[in-house]
Amino acid sequence: MIVARELTCVFGSFTAVDHVSFAVARGEIFGFLGPNGAGKSTTIRMLCGLLRPTSGTARVAGYDTGREPECVRERIGYMSQKFSLYRDLSVRENLAFFGGVYGLTGARLQARREAVVGMAGLAGMIDRITGTLSGALQQRLALGCAILHEPSILFLDEPTSGVDPLSRRTFWDLIQGLAAKGVTVLVTTHFLDEAEFCQRLAFIHAGRLVALGTPADVRRESVQEDLFEVALETLAGAREKLQGLADVLAVSFFGPRLHVFCRSGCYDSHTLGRALAARGLATQHVARVPVRLEDVFIRLVQRQPLNR
Amino acid sequence: MQRFLAIFVKEIRQLRRDRLSLGMLFLVPVLLLALYGYALSFDVKHIPVAVLDEDATRASREFLESLFSNPYFDRVLTLDRRAEADAVLDRGRARLVLVIPRGFAQRLARGETAEVQALVDGADASSAGAAVGYLDALAARATRRVQIETIQRAGIAPSLPLVALVPRIWFNPDQESSHFLIPGLISMLMMLAAVIATSLSIVRERERRTLEQILVSPVRPMELILGKTLPYVLVGVATMGLILLLGRIAFGVTVAGSWWLLSLTTLVFLFSALGMGLMISSITRSQQVAFQLATILTLLPSFLLSGLIFPIRSMPVFHQVFSLFFIPRHFVTALRAIMLKGAGFAEIWPSLAAMLALGLFFNGIALWRTRRSM
Ligand SMILES: Nc1ncnc2c1ncn2[C@@H]1O[C@H](COP(=O)(O)OP(=O)(O)OP(=O)(O)O)[C@@H](O)[C@H]1O
Ligand SMILES: [Mg+2]
Repeated sequence: MIVARELTCVFGSFTAVDHVSFAVARGEIFGFLGPNGAGKSTTIRMLCGLLRPTSGTARVAGYDTGREPECVRERIGYMSQKFSLYRDLSVRENLAFFGGVYGLTGARLQARREAVVGMAGLAGMIDRITGTLSGALQQRLALGCAILHEPSILFLDEPTSGVDPLSRRTFWDLIQGLAAKGVTVLVTTHFLDEAEFCQRLAFIHAGRLVALGTPADVRRESVQEDLFEVALETLAGAREKLQGLADVLAVSFFGPRLHVFCRSGCYDSHTLGRALAARGLATQHVARVPVRLEDVFIRLVQRQPLNR
Repeated sequence: MQRFLAIFVKEIRQLRRDRLSLGMLFLVPVLLLALYGYALSFDVKHIPVAVLDEDATRASREFLESLFSNPYFDRVLTLDRRAEADAVLDRGRARLVLVIPRGFAQRLARGETAEVQALVDGADASSAGAAVGYLDALAARATRRVQIETIQRAGIAPSLPLVALVPRIWFNPDQESSHFLIPGLISMLMMLAAVIATSLSIVRERERRTLEQILVSPVRPMELILGKTLPYVLVGVATMGLILLLGRIAFGVTVAGSWWLLSLTTLVFLFSALGMGLMISSITRSQQVAFQLATILTLLPSFLLSGLIFPIRSMPVFHQVFSLFFIPRHFVTALRAIMLKGAGFAEIWPSLAAMLALGLFFNGIALWRTRRSM
């Protein structure tokens, strides 16, 4: 449903998106991960036809975004990173506007509006001014407006930022419900627990695609290092001492503990414990742990040279 | 059609809720009209005049008669002694005391300068100035007539080359009533309302990011532009009506020509002015910049290049040509012709054509810019 080929976007002398290629199948929930400024929003904007790629092509719903933008627009829904409904209009008026803009009228509009209001849990608030709704409701309304015309592809740019965990969960239930009905969803997020809901992930950093696959694939393949969780008596100065150790690639704080990435096969929990003791670090606990997405995120961002 | 309607309805709903814009569209023009209207109406009529005719000859009587045969001066009192003059002015029974000294007729007959004294109540400086200006002009005219008649009575053909005195009162050079200024004022207020309101329309959506949401939808640039402009056409027509109504109530402004032509002119004007607003909106990135640009591009030409203050004819050629590229000049020309002279289509079509051309240009740029961002 979505095919990006060598998508590139250059702003002046700055390359925001650098030869990104991927494909998303029908009904798939595809997650876009990456640090701030990685180029996620820029990629989505190119896929929606809001931004012309400097080079490369994108096909959405079988149409070229550059050559047949109208055909693409009728088939996609887009929820931008910043809230972009009319805050000064009521819920009903916003729905009427976006319905009208997609050519919905009469009975169809009413049916769709009721479906969307029910889905978003907005019943009874239809005449409230949008700007006075809570953040979670605003976001669900934005999703509602984006799916009013029943698009086959949905682009959601950080739909759950600034929303409480429970509302996020509700939101993801909605997304999964849509995907189950065959809607293709491309979603960006900074919440790694949400990434686990995605069938496949793309990890972008500095405009480049650095990992692609199912969450399990990404965990397994993109960081081929051994990860140890270490509990120390005192954390003061520990990170610096650890980083000086041979074959230790990276150290990051993980709550009261440390996560230590070591070159694959160089240590086990005993040898690492001994190496730490030799450095004068009293360990309480050393264990090899499976790599989680968060560790992947941190490692990928640390490892890539930022050549900008 | 459906999409255009959605935008149109949305725009009206937003406008209804947006007190600031509504105020700008209706209240500001009305306030400004009241303010400027009064400030600019230094044109004085029916000035009460007391007369002291010390000469009491036929020439002096004829002179006085000609002086009062116009709406500017009313003879309210006849005095016997000079000493009364001060009291009359002080009590406000007359604003001006005219004294024709003894020997007026004799001097005239001899071809000498006959002096007439005018004592003016200077409390209201601008109207006093205007009164003296009128008096000057009328006196010159009257004197000349008396002169000619006297010469003719003496049996001599008037072969003296008469030098016509054309007094200039700044701000109202053609000695017409304040109604002459009203079209310029209307143009300024309509420019302000139309251009500033629309100049914010697209850039506001850009700032609030709602434009993006419209741009990913199948809406076409034309639908967006029409949907966003038409509400302002309605508002603009309403504002125009309001201004004309107020002008009539407060200043007695009437329309000499046809209302149909006035409506047509207003629509053509709105087409170009709203296009200018849209163009500004489509080339700016923030409401603040758009507002500033719109204000400058509206106010300056309205004041300086429209003929409101400086008559176009007396401007340097460069400025005359330059003024052709601004809407107010054409709108004011057309309005004056219709409202004051009762001109028909045959006389004002060049102004309409010019506004149409400017409108096509502005709207074309707006459309092109919107299309590019889509
Ligand atoms: N119109 C533009 N002109 C110049 N630079 C831009 C423009 N739009 C985005 N950028 C830059 O491109 C880079 C990528 O931006 P983008 O918004 O795609 O990042 P992102 O991955 O969505 O980040 P975030 O997680 O913060 O939303 C940023 O450094 C941004 O400053
Ligand atoms: Mg972003």
